[in-house]
Amino acid sequence: MTEHAIPPEHEYLRPNKKFPTVWCPGCGIGVVLGAIIRAVGRLKLDKNQVALVSGIGCSGRMAVYVDFDALHTTHGRALAFATGLKMVRPEMKVIVVMGDGDALAIGGNHFIHAARRNIDLTAIVINNFIYGMTGGQLSPTTRRGDRATTATYGHVEAPLDAARIAEAAGAAFVARSTVYHAVETERLVAQAIEKKGFALVEVLSNCHTYYGRLNKQPTPTQMLRWFRDSTIPVGAQKNGGEEKIVRGVLVDRELPEFTEEYQKLIARAQGKKTDEPLRAATGR
Amino acid sequence: MLGNEAVAEGALAAGLGFYAGYPITPSSEIAEILSERLPQRGGVFLQMEDEISSLAAVIGASVGGAKAATATSGPGFSLMQENIGFAVATEVPCVIISVMRAGPSTGQPTSPSQGDVMQARWGTHGDHPIIVLTASSVAECFRVTVTAFNLAERYRTPVILLLDEVVGHLRERVEMPPLEAVTVVERARPTMPPEWYFPYDENEGDVPALAPFGEGYRFHITGLFHDRAGFPTLRLDEIQPWVERVFRKINTHLEDILRWEEEGTGDAEIVLVSYGGSARAARHAMKVARGQGKAVGFLKLITLWPFPEAAVRRLAGEVKKMVVVEMNRGQMLLEVERVVAGRSQVVGVNRADGELVHPNDILKALEG
Amino acid sequence: MSRYELRLAGDGGQGLVLAGLILAEAALNEGKNALMTQSYGAQARGGPSRSEVIISDGEIDYPKVLSANLLLALSQDALDRHGRNVAKDALILVDASEVERAMVEGMMRFPFVETSRKIMGSEVGAGMVALGTVVQLTGIVSHRSLFAAIRHRVPSGTEEMNRRAVQAGFKLAQQGGGAALHSQPALASRGQKGGR
Repeated sequence: MTEHAIPPEHEYLRPNKKFPTVWCPGCGIGVVLGAIIRAVGRLKLDKNQVALVSGIGCSGRMAVYVDFDALHTTHGRALAFATGLKMVRPEMKVIVVMGDGDALAIGGNHFIHAARRNIDLTAIVINNFIYGMTGGQLSPTTRRGDRATTATYGHVEAPLDAARIAEAAGAAFVARSTVYHAVETERLVAQAIEKKGFALVEVLSNCHTYYGRLNKQPTPTQMLRWFRDSTIPVGAQKNGGEEKIVRGVLVDRELPEFTEEYQKLIARAQGKKTDEPLRAATGR
Repeated sequence: MLGNEAVAEGALAAGLGFYAGYPITPSSEIAEILSERLPQRGGVFLQMEDEISSLAAVIGASVGGAKAATATSGPGFSLMQENIGFAVATEVPCVIISVMRAGPSTGQPTSPSQGDVMQARWGTHGDHPIIVLTASSVAECFRVTVTAFNLAERYRTPVILLLDEVVGHLRERVEMPPLEAVTVVERARPTMPPEWYFPYDENEGDVPALAPFGEGYRFHITGLFHDRAGFPTLRLDEIQPWVERVFRKINTHLEDILRWEEEGTGDAEIVLVSYGGSARAARHAMKVARGQGKAVGFLKLITLWPFPEAAVRRLAGEVKKMVVVEMNRGQMLLEVERVVAGRSQVVGVNRADGELVHPNDILKALEG
Repeated sequence: MSRYELRLAGDGGQGLVLAGLILAEAALNEGKNALMTQSYGAQARGGPSRSEVIISDGEIDYPKVLSANLLLALSQDALDRHGRNVAKDALILVDASEVERAMVEGMMRFPFVETSRKIMGSEVGAGMVALGTVVQLTGIVSHRSLFAAIRHRVPSGTEEMNRRAVQAGFKLAQQGGGAALHSQPALASRGQKGGR
């Protein structure tokens, strides 16, 4: 049997779940799902030791398809649920999948504080500039001038930059890509999973159903072309050139990681120095 | 020992492994004590960014297999309501301690109230069962906290421990039982191999075992209506049995869940019904009244929800009058009236201004 | 002794909560029942503060003061708030310098705050000095139980200073409470309420 007799995509998908997915045909979220399971496969992770935690919205449904322990939480709170899980199961790789509204509007505070703690979570924000599941309302990343079902006359607010917030709050790793750049996304997700600390991968994704139709890009192809043409790899931006969205690793730095720091705190509280893993919380 | 301190001790005795909370008067002592004590035993204490994330982290930790709790008061309890419903729907055990203070809104943080009795019952959206316990002494704080964890783990449900500032900030003598004398219930773990495991399988009884994450069961948890495997479903033949079971697992175990105490009810013409801090005033009044030769009894509720109907129903019709004493404008009064259904007179002695009910007000209510 | 209620009231930072805690523990040390509650405002320092201790040979149900047998008031505000809600034969102890207006006949004045300043350099020990006076006047707990509770409850390193504060309080009691202030009728119509 060759190494990939079963493609990793299939190995990490639930065998007992019916496809197709709940997502619209051509939706970018499926590309992100593919990138995640391929990244997990590339890292040869034990799927019993991977958890996927998601919030509410189209992206929240990803938890159904992966063959990991999966927790589909309340709107905006995925990182907070994941924080509790990670603290009692520090040996697990915990991947948190959120949408832009989920992570940056209702969950914005948790996003900031999870980054500030630099807790070892892989945060994937699928940014499609809009609330897809509820029908195309404006989100915190909706750009000035964009239309949404709650921005009939064009949006007059500035968008939020998830990557810069994560950097300012103290994340160890920050990256950005798009669903057009699926291979790059897979590589960045793998890097993020491997990084000890809070690791954000923002993936620009197409909601042609709402964002595209309301903003003159009604097909997936048009939106993918937009991602191709409006983004540029880190370092490739030319002075005086057209302002483009930067892709790639934006921040990669060594900072104290929360579960490790907490382990040291426990050792101090117990008056000893120990490398014993943090397990007593679950009575194991 | 302080009431809040006894709560922390009870939580530790019950096997608490994870606590997350946000500071709020008058509950903060619980967090302060646990921030020192939990790491000493290898547990985790987190101060989160708000009460919403506190309960979220608690549920996440419980999914990881830890006994988990948070503590708060009115404003924070309001913020927790959505995730209380999540824990009900996903059947993840956890304990939410709320030390009631005067409200609504910021109210009076250092003054007591029992204004959240109905919120504890109905605060989260959607119809649901819930277990709510209370305590009226420091010793009882310890015992009932242990019970809260035990019921949460046994019935895979959030349990709310609804205290009030009177009891939380009361210092009195408490004889701590030796730890080996404390009965501690552990969560049932699945015994079948992962491929046969269904976290919501009613064939496994009213309370199917909950596997912790990270041990190979690889299942799905969602706040959406779900099938026996935990996947979202729209099928009524899967939703209806789940709804039935979630109510049944509480309603068919009332003898285990309901707790109350009676004193002098055997020959009573009037019974005082009370709970929590107000019960102290009621018992005082009962003794004064008995000293005056009046046939007054006392029914103290420890389980608030499900409402101990049987206790009230038995007394209804036997006594002339029931006097419901509480620090609100009449919340349990409604339940007592409902169950008594006109067979006895029911009156309330109520205060919602941040002061404990005065025994004289209760004594006045005995007349007429 | 069926039920003896003490209310210790003043400002935050005068050590009244600690004094109440020590008194309750001293009573417990003697096998009596005792409970203590405290009440405070938003301020950690300053602002009204009070602790209440109830001591009884029997069970204590109602945990708050119904009618104080002893009121300690370390500030005028404390006396104004709580001066009325006392038993007919209550002992009322006030601070000689902080309380300027009289409200109740027969109340006793002691220099608690001044004595604390001499011993501790601030008013932080006023509650401890007053506790000494309370114990000496009432005999509600023995000196032995009181000192055991002090050793158990005060921050380590401050035992001696607190012991001196309490002993100074004993001495104040032995010297007597000075002239009782006379009631000022004007105050009677101010409509103070017990508690807030």
